Amino acid sequence: MTATVPAVGAPAPSPTSRPTARRRLPGGGLGRYIVVRFLLIIPTIFILVTLVFFLMRATGDPITAALGGRLSGAQLQERIHAAGYDRPILVQYFEYLGQIVTGNFGTSISDNRPITTILATYGVATLELAFYALIVAFIVGIPLGMLAAYFRDKGQDAVLRVFAILCYATPVFFAGILLKLVFSVWLNVLPVAGRASTSSELEMQFLPNKTGIYLIDAFQTGDPAVISDVLMHAILPAIALGLLTAGVFLRLVRTNVIGTLSTDYVDAARSRGVSEFRLVRKHAYKPALIPIITVIGLQIALLLGGAVLTESTFEWKGLGFQLAQYLAARDFVAVQGIVALLAVIVAVTNFIVDIIAALIDPRVRY
Amino acid sequence: MTNSPTRTKSTPTSTRLPRPARRSLLSRLPVVHQLRQSVGLQRGMLVAGLIITGVFIICAVFAQFIAPYGFAQLRGPDGQFGAQLPPSPEHLWGTTVGGYDVFSRVIWGAQTALEVMIVAIVLSIFLGVFLGLVSGYFGGWLDRILVVLADAIYAFPSLLLAIVMSIVISGGQSNLYGGILAAAISITVVYIPQYFRVIRAETVRIKGEAFVESAKVIGASNARIMVRHVLRNSTRTLPLIFTLNASEAVLTLAGLGFLGFGIEPTAAAEWGYDLNKSLSDVTSGIWWTAVFPGLAIVLSVLGVTLVGESLNDLADPRLRGRRAVAAAAGDVAATSVVPGGTLEAGLGGLSGLEGCGDFDDSGTRTHTDTSHTDTSQPERRQP
Repeated sequence: MTATVPAVGAPAPSPTSRPTARRRLPGGGLGRYIVVRFLLIIPTIFILVTLVFFLMRATGDPITAALGGRLSGAQLQERIHAAGYDRPILVQYFEYLGQIVTGNFGTSISDNRPITTILATYGVATLELAFYALIVAFIVGIPLGMLAAYFRDKGQDAVLRVFAILCYATPVFFAGILLKLVFSVWLNVLPVAGRASTSSELEMQFLPNKTGIYLIDAFQTGDPAVISDVLMHAILPAIALGLLTAGVFLRLVRTNVIGTLSTDYVDAARSRGVSEFRLVRKHAYKPALIPIITVIGLQIALLLGGAVLTESTFEWKGLGFQLAQYLAARDFVAVQGIVALLAVIVAVTNFIVDIIAALIDPRVRY
Repeated sequence: MTNSPTRTKSTPTSTRLPRPARRSLLSRLPVVHQLRQSVGLQRGMLVAGLIITGVFIICAVFAQFIAPYGFAQLRGPDGQFGAQLPPSPEHLWGTTVGGYDVFSRVIWGAQTALEVMIVAIVLSIFLGVFLGLVSGYFGGWLDRILVVLADAIYAFPSLLLAIVMSIVISGGQSNLYGGILAAAISITVVYIPQYFRVIRAETVRIKGEAFVESAKVIGASNARIMVRHVLRNSTRTLPLIFTLNASEAVLTLAGLGFLGFGIEPTAAAEWGYDLNKSLSDVTSGIWWTAVFPGLAIVLSVLGVTLVGESLNDLADPRLRGRRAVAAAAGDVAATSVVPGGTLEAGLGGLSGLEGCGDFDDSGTRTHTDTSHTDTSQPERRQP
């Protein structure tokens, strides 16, 4: 952190390092950018957690909501008092903030499990689904987007654009229901719901170092039947959730590639005899990648929201499925915990995406 | 209304190029104007969107004449309908597991969707525009707080926020107009940040224009400048966001309904709720309870989105012409949620938009005219 060391990952400029910081300013320090961007996560998370806390508490205390009909008034009061929900709301709020800082998101009321355990158990399933969906989105969205840009305003472009709008217009759960109907019920080639069949789950249950990510676990068993079973279960949810994102990618790639296709250097490359394929693939697509990466960050929020619906449709036992269960059970402590955690995940992924964008493009810096 | 626009709308372009003659009122209406302007494929998309949206609105408004039965009707003149009946002359699209007529519920569902859409959009436009205007015009600490707040909400999965809101408003269970209002308010909260961002960005840009300064010099009050000079010049992007949010409102409502946070079946028909109930039917091969409400969602969203997309393209000269030369590389703009970036635009005032800064919120290089890019919200959507 002396003045001579280029400050990659260095903290915000201290008084001693100020001259260097000032000299570096025109280029924009990557380290400084990362630090500033990282510090900006904190208010975001703080605001969301505060918002969720006060909104949820505005409905009344969680115990009445969860157990209202089942216990007598005196019993309710006793439970409320024991849990501390009869104290002033600000006291509860600061206690809650303190708990969150130490990584304690509370304990669910309906089944009495720590929220962090719920996250650890089901979070991986959601991550796995989101990962598959992203793969589908990349495979479908990016090449089609380039194609649409190349055939701009022609028939192919029109078809692809309508396809993109259809992806947008179809709710994930309806796409899921249609896929189920066609592939599981009518054609009977893919399983209807779940992450794996019971026999595969049993086989994976006793693995020494179980990850919870079914694909990895399936490979650990080494049984090809289990691997194919897990993959077969993943196809429909991945397509349902992936198509939603694919539509966004298609539009995004199309707009940006259209922009770069009309630049001078593309014309220059064409005049040098670069093939049309290479022109789109290398010359136009690569520079268009930066805004695409930025938007992918937003897609994480979208994917998580979509995962709630996809998981409910396919009984994919992940965070979203669990959230829907707790919502139905009116367990608002669990809902609050899961929502707050998702907020943290979204904020952190946005941060990571911004850093990646800054690494690729030196202009995106403070 | 007849004379004033020429004066207050004196943006630099229109002062340099005075309009030759005032067009007729009809051709100045938002959609009609674009319809005339469009050609070829774009006109096709716009017309298709308008037709689908028109059918949707007609179904919604005249639901009670189109639908053969009520949305909560279980028995006809000859007794109970019966559950899960396949399509037949009596029940065009069959009946649901609960014994409702699918066709009637789909038609009535359009009414619910339209009501929620209107309430949600009116509320979010008013609040979002007001906050954006105040925040952008006055700046300062209020601006900073609002921007951070809006960015935080914007980054959050909107469906989850809508769920939280619906729990707050109705305790998660709703009936009659309470349900519609609850759904609409939940959706409103999600979309306020979008209007806020767009209007704020426009306000910050317009605030530095010469005509605003002149108005200040001649002693116009802040309120007058905000309404007459800034607001009237910053609303041109609104119809675009408006259509895009209308479609997202339908999707959010359906998502809420699908998760059981919509409107009770006896209070109103709601497509998402029906789809949720049809989930178990599908595994036993009963397709009609799922396919029709689902298609209704897809078509209504498709129609509104097609209109919005076409308006968006027509408003953007770079996308309108076939041979647009400008580099459209930075078309993501407001879709990014870099709180620092947006803050900086607020702090630096116009320096972020003129001179040194050809960078938009996401840090990509764009034109100095950032106004159109702010409409690129569709990249953010509701599942």
